[in-house]
Amino acid sequence: MDIKIIRRLEEIVGKGRVLTSIENRIAYSYDATPTFASLPDAIVIPETPEHVSQVLKLANEENFIVIPRGSGTGLSGGAVPLPNSVVLLMNRWRKILEIDSENLTALVEPGVITAQLHQEVEKYGLFYPPDPGSMTISTIGGNVAENAGGLRGLKYGVTKNYVLGLEVVLPTGEIINVGGKNVKDVAGYNLKDVLIGSEGTLGVFTKILLKLIPKPQASKTMLAFFKSIREAGKTVADIIANHIMPATLEFLDNTTIKCVEDYAHLGLPVNAGALLLIEVDGHPVQVEEEAEKIVKICVKNNATDYKLAKSEDEALKLKTARRAAFAALARVKPTTILEDATVPRSFVPEMVEKIQEIAGKYQIIIGNFGHAGDGNLHPTALTDERDKEEMKKVEMAFEEIFNYAIKLGGTITGEHGVGLAKKRFLEKQFNKPAIEFMKNIKRVLDPNGILNTGKIFDLKPRCEGRLPISREEIDKYSDLWV
Amino acid sequence: MDLKIPSELIVQCMHCGMCLPVCPTYNLTLLEKSSPRGRIRLIKEVEDGNLPMTDDFVDEMYFCLDCQACQSVCPAGVQYGKLVESARIKAFMLGKDKQVLIKKLIFRFVFASNFVFKFFARLMGLYQKTLRRFIYKIIPDRLRRIEELAPMISNKFSDEVLPEVLKPNGEVKYKVGFLTGCFMNVMYSGINIDSIEVLLENGCEVYIPKKQVCCGSVMAHYGDIEMARRLARKNVIEFSRYELDAIVVNSAGCGAFMKEYGELFKEDKDKTLSEKAEHISKIVKDINEFLCEIDFKKPEVELDLKVTYHDACHLAHTQKITAQPRTLIKSIPGVKLVELNESTWCCGSAGIYNILRYDDSMKILDRKIKNILETKAEIVLTANPGCHAQIEYGLKKAKADIKVMHPVSLLNIAYKMMKSSGNFAVINYNEAFKNRE
Repeated sequence: MDIKIIRRLEEIVGKGRVLTSIENRIAYSYDATPTFASLPDAIVIPETPEHVSQVLKLANEENFIVIPRGSGTGLSGGAVPLPNSVVLLMNRWRKILEIDSENLTALVEPGVITAQLHQEVEKYGLFYPPDPGSMTISTIGGNVAENAGGLRGLKYGVTKNYVLGLEVVLPTGEIINVGGKNVKDVAGYNLKDVLIGSEGTLGVFTKILLKLIPKPQASKTMLAFFKSIREAGKTVADIIANHIMPATLEFLDNTTIKCVEDYAHLGLPVNAGALLLIEVDGHPVQVEEEAEKIVKICVKNNATDYKLAKSEDEALKLKTARRAAFAALARVKPTTILEDATVPRSFVPEMVEKIQEIAGKYQIIIGNFGHAGDGNLHPTALTDERDKEEMKKVEMAFEEIFNYAIKLGGTITGEHGVGLAKKRFLEKQFNKPAIEFMKNIKRVLDPNGILNTGKIFDLKPRCEGRLPISREEIDKYSDLWV
Repeated sequence: MDLKIPSELIVQCMHCGMCLPVCPTYNLTLLEKSSPRGRIRLIKEVEDGNLPMTDDFVDEMYFCLDCQACQSVCPAGVQYGKLVESARIKAFMLGKDKQVLIKKLIFRFVFASNFVFKFFARLMGLYQKTLRRFIYKIIPDRLRRIEELAPMISNKFSDEVLPEVLKPNGEVKYKVGFLTGCFMNVMYSGINIDSIEVLLENGCEVYIPKKQVCCGSVMAHYGDIEMARRLARKNVIEFSRYELDAIVVNSAGCGAFMKEYGELFKEDKDKTLSEKAEHISKIVKDINEFLCEIDFKKPEVELDLKVTYHDACHLAHTQKITAQPRTLIKSIPGVKLVELNESTWCCGSAGIYNILRYDDSMKILDRKIKNILETKAEIVLTANPGCHAQIEYGLKKAKADIKVMHPVSLLNIAYKMMKSSGNFAVINYNEAFKNRE
């Protein structure tokens, strides 16, 4: 990148807040997505919304791409840099500006860590339900940009259900406010919902207003084991049909149970076909009643065994089985590809069986676990990115998995986002006009394509600016534009 | 010597970022390169030949405390400690480490033998008693701060008053070796005495090899693997002279490293040495771990105390020992253990980190002290001399009247009170030590 641009960036945010050393560039060349990486030209650390605005304006003038980044724990490549880009680092915006216990809202900066927000609001007896797997380090800004989910999705919904308002810097540098503390507000288009889940392509959040709810008073946790995924699926359906909404309704398939047992030695039956972790919360009386009903449903559906936690400690132990799932799988092989194909709840058993069949066909290991209650599955391929042949098989397997999910009326991504990783599947899920709709929004808001352009979908390559001059450079860009 | 860092170790990292929230250095800078994930990436690029060993790279490797908190939360089981230590060894051996000279001077001269080390300790002790009060005011600020980090040197070193073999009263249930250590021996000799008295009380016959040396962990962690091997070899030989059920270590860092002796000599040409080292590493036990394993004698006397416990990194993260010291503490009737917020967060001592990187170390220490003060405990218990000295220093700076002790010392006090109606004032090690002379 031209040294003049670096100087101008330094003028905006101050010296020492623009990093260009090779070590820093390497450290920001990736996020948590396997196999994707690219060096940014610089890292910019803004302090105020005005800084962000000026950086974006400069990007429009000088034609470089800006990649907003929180903690870099995304799983779709949303924060992976592109050629000719600078990383806009938002992780120092860590202030919780206000917790309003009358209106039940929290106003936060985008770099606030999700788990820290949980802790803070719980001091007020309040509750912020979204709990993505990386919540100990993920930022609220990143959660909103990716519309992150979590374990409590079935009963409490996902991030988008808790965003009330946003202060956003648009790609062209203007600062706008959308939404607010009003429960009801129908003035104009619902802009905030366009911005939630926009994966850093339509604006940079500088303040976020979140909805809070009262913290449930009691909870009860149980584990149930089944011979097959079918019986577990039937149990899930029966629980919902009995009008019980568990806060958590998670499953592990046989491959995952085996890996968890190998790793954590919890005494799980390794020949069980499936395991359900169920947690109900709410009023103590209601919780007791619902737990009893669920036990009956499990037994009716031939649960081979079940464990009901009698204390907080026991509940934690039961939850370990599910919490350890990812760690247990990740240890088996060097590369762990965690996907999030999602189907309507009732198709979960069918989808899991299909995934197992596909894994068998390509002879690769795919562990399945996930949110049975909301249909969000996590087929996890265990492989080694140095083994090109196996990586090819994994790719083909996932293509089949996504195709099947779409066939069942599902989606290619339930909570990770499209980013770079699932770009090529988007067109399978939407028809041309729908994709064109998205592209048009992007083109209008970001006419020069400077904000995370190249994520979600490709816009046509533009002929302005510097074109690649050598074959090598063209190859470097080929992934992005073709 | 093969300096290649095994790629199996590197590729195990899936860069998920779960290590970031527990990393003390990442929390200081909020920069990715100061996080375990960032450092592993840098190591990968160096190994792949995409990045030369730049000053910034080496500095980043030493900015790391090697506290291994990241290993405790890593879903993929990455052996981060091994990675960063290998990178340091590589930098040290290739002369890329700017502090090579000073480190060599310290490691290879001061620690060269017990004799030289104790000579310097004596000199330090003499200085602390005499000259210090005169020149204290005039030495430069920076030097003074570092001088203050060193705890008072014990009047007598434990290895000088202890015989080679100590027999318990009554039946011998276990035969154990005992590492006197380097810092423990000269600065906290009272803790060594307490440890041995507790072992004797529990029916252990204690063997203290006269020719044992420093375990070598500091050298290994700071890149001088050659020196570390030299020391470790000596210890392996000395401890192999006896038939032991266990080798008991009361310092977290030493215990952690001695458990790696087997690995250290795995490829050694001398096969008997590798076998001996393998055996030694299997029987090394932290004193808290050992006492719990043998179901130690529970004291039957009440101590009305409010205490808290700081987890030494090399105990909690490296050796995964967190429950045992707490069991020890809670076994004493009347003692109220208040859990320390962020108890497994590094105190910033990290071997000689607080000397080499004073400013960074102090920022990390401040966080620890703040948490300790919040507990309102009268005593902080910890099982590592580095943490002990660092926390003592931090509490002194904060003008807090809180004592630092090893859990075994507290247990020993309880044992002693059981025996006699002795008073509780013998909390000062040096005092306690004098009484024994």
